[in-house]
Amino acid sequence: MVQVTTDIPVVPPAQRGYWSGVLSRLRRDPVAMICAVILAALVLSAVFAPWLGLADPYQGSMIARLSAPGTPGHLLGTDEQGRDMLSRLIYGGRLTLFIGLMPVVLAFFIGGTLGIIAGYVGGITNTIIMRVVDVFFAFPSVLLAIAISGALGAGVLNSLVSLTIVFIPPVTRVAEAVTSGVRSLDYIDAARASGANALTVIRVHVIGNVLSPIFVYATSLTSVCMILAAGLSFLGIGVRPPEPEWGLMLNTLRSAIYVNPWLAALPGVMIFATSLCLNLLSDGLRSAMNVRD
Amino acid sequence: MLSYFLRRLILVLPVAFGVSVVCFALVQIAPGDPLTAIMPVDATAEQQAAMRAAYGLDKPVPVQYLIWISNLLQGEMGRSIASGRPVADEVFGAVGNSLLLAAAAAVIAFPIGTFLGFLAGYFRDTLLDRAVTALSITGVSVPNYWLGIVLVIIFSVNLGWLPSMGAGPGGSQDWQWDWAHMRHLVLPAVTLAVVPIGIVARTVRALAGDILSMDFVTALYAKGLSRGDVLRHVARNAAATALSVMGLQLGYLLGGSILIETVFNWPGSGFLLSNAIFQRDLPLLQGTILVLAMFFVGMNLIVDVAQAAIDPRIKRS
Repeated sequence: MVQVTTDIPVVPPAQRGYWSGVLSRLRRDPVAMICAVILAALVLSAVFAPWLGLADPYQGSMIARLSAPGTPGHLLGTDEQGRDMLSRLIYGGRLTLFIGLMPVVLAFFIGGTLGIIAGYVGGITNTIIMRVVDVFFAFPSVLLAIAISGALGAGVLNSLVSLTIVFIPPVTRVAEAVTSGVRSLDYIDAARASGANALTVIRVHVIGNVLSPIFVYATSLTSVCMILAAGLSFLGIGVRPPEPEWGLMLNTLRSAIYVNPWLAALPGVMIFATSLCLNLLSDGLRSAMNVRD
Repeated sequence: MLSYFLRRLILVLPVAFGVSVVCFALVQIAPGDPLTAIMPVDATAEQQAAMRAAYGLDKPVPVQYLIWISNLLQGEMGRSIASGRPVADEVFGAVGNSLLLAAAAAVIAFPIGTFLGFLAGYFRDTLLDRAVTALSITGVSVPNYWLGIVLVIIFSVNLGWLPSMGAGPGGSQDWQWDWAHMRHLVLPAVTLAVVPIGIVARTVRALAGDILSMDFVTALYAKGLSRGDVLRHVARNAAATALSVMGLQLGYLLGGSILIETVFNWPGSGFLLSNAIFQRDLPLLQGTILVLAMFFVGMNLIVDVAQAAIDPRIKRS
């Protein structure tokens, strides 16, 4: 605890200034703000779904199958088992958003740590980490995700594992690149010359300077991760039925395209809207943080 | 040039080794006994042990890897558990169909993406630029398996213009370059082309914008060159980067066609892969992934070498 208090004067003033600057620039970007609001609405409605007074997302009805949007009692119609679409789409956000975003968060921490270590320590450590990363780069991301999920089998945890493995290498590569850039700057040499050990130099001088490019890069991966996560469920190797999940719903409703085509397309609209908002928000964040690629 | 090629080739070998380890590991991480699918339920302990020995599963994992890789180098990829046919036969037939689809998508995507990106980069900060930027963000954000379904709804279900699935009247075996077969290619190829259109347009826009703002462009205009001549210099400068992005996209198209092949029942490697997954046909899964990944590695190598051939600055760095 003592150490924490002695640290406070060193870092926060500069950092607080930087992040509040980013936030105020972001607030002036109308496209990014609209996307942030839509995403917040999606996340909040998913989290608070049980308290929204929706129909039971698991309760089907043999007589009310595939009813069109606008049917009384079912604002967005019903699916192939007569379950309420609106309810399933909102509940579907829970698993879809979780599996779509969590792997990037995990990859940000794991890949970021690996990349900073590789970039700062250099030498043989760098070679080992980066050569392993190279191997994973030899797989197109879709292929790797499907290969690992296919081998492990369906399930939420398996999807999380396979997508996290897919996104660790790109984050590591970016983290390594920015860290070795910072590593060669004079103030790092100065800090080392003044006797600071590696951990202190990384914590005080490196992290603050490499965090924003790594963070922006990670946000740019969220949209791909969403599409891939739902894609795994769409293939049948992600979430298991009867759980509501957008990719899985798109898959099971495919048989309905001749009966009620636009109903069948609805879950995809959710995936599309989310991934578009994630991309636009990430672009807004990139320019607000002044990161160039 | 030859020495550069050899240097790149040497760098590729450890990656190829790593890829083979990952593919081998896929079967190791799979839950359950790989033999349960073919082992009779009433097999005695001795029979199980005999079966295990026959498949080499009683040996330590590193030895299993060595046996697997030495077979592989002799072109022997094992047999599919589901069909009993050699994995190599199944995979190479399917990869051919996937390549056809990926190439068709590339033929659609690369010219359109380049053209749009160049327009946006040349007329930067105009309405046209914003329209192209919006289009390319939409392109990279759209879940293409969903787009495929939407296109089927529009062009097959509602309009009845194009078939919604398959690779032609004769199935996958006898592909012909006539309309009866090619009409089956239209929807999957267009669907697959949307993401690379967005990515290529984005790249070319940034490239064209950067190069057009360089000093040498001003110098060329000052020298009195016509607009067309200046653009030729710009294109020459952008070519290496643009081509490398397209080469990588071709690799991604092959790997990314899995979902699209499922939507359209296209008899390619992705379709094979999803069958392998559902039948727990691990040798087939392993073989398909290996071939696709090695193709991607080879594609990267070709891109690197081609890039160096076009732009001598790369060779020196």
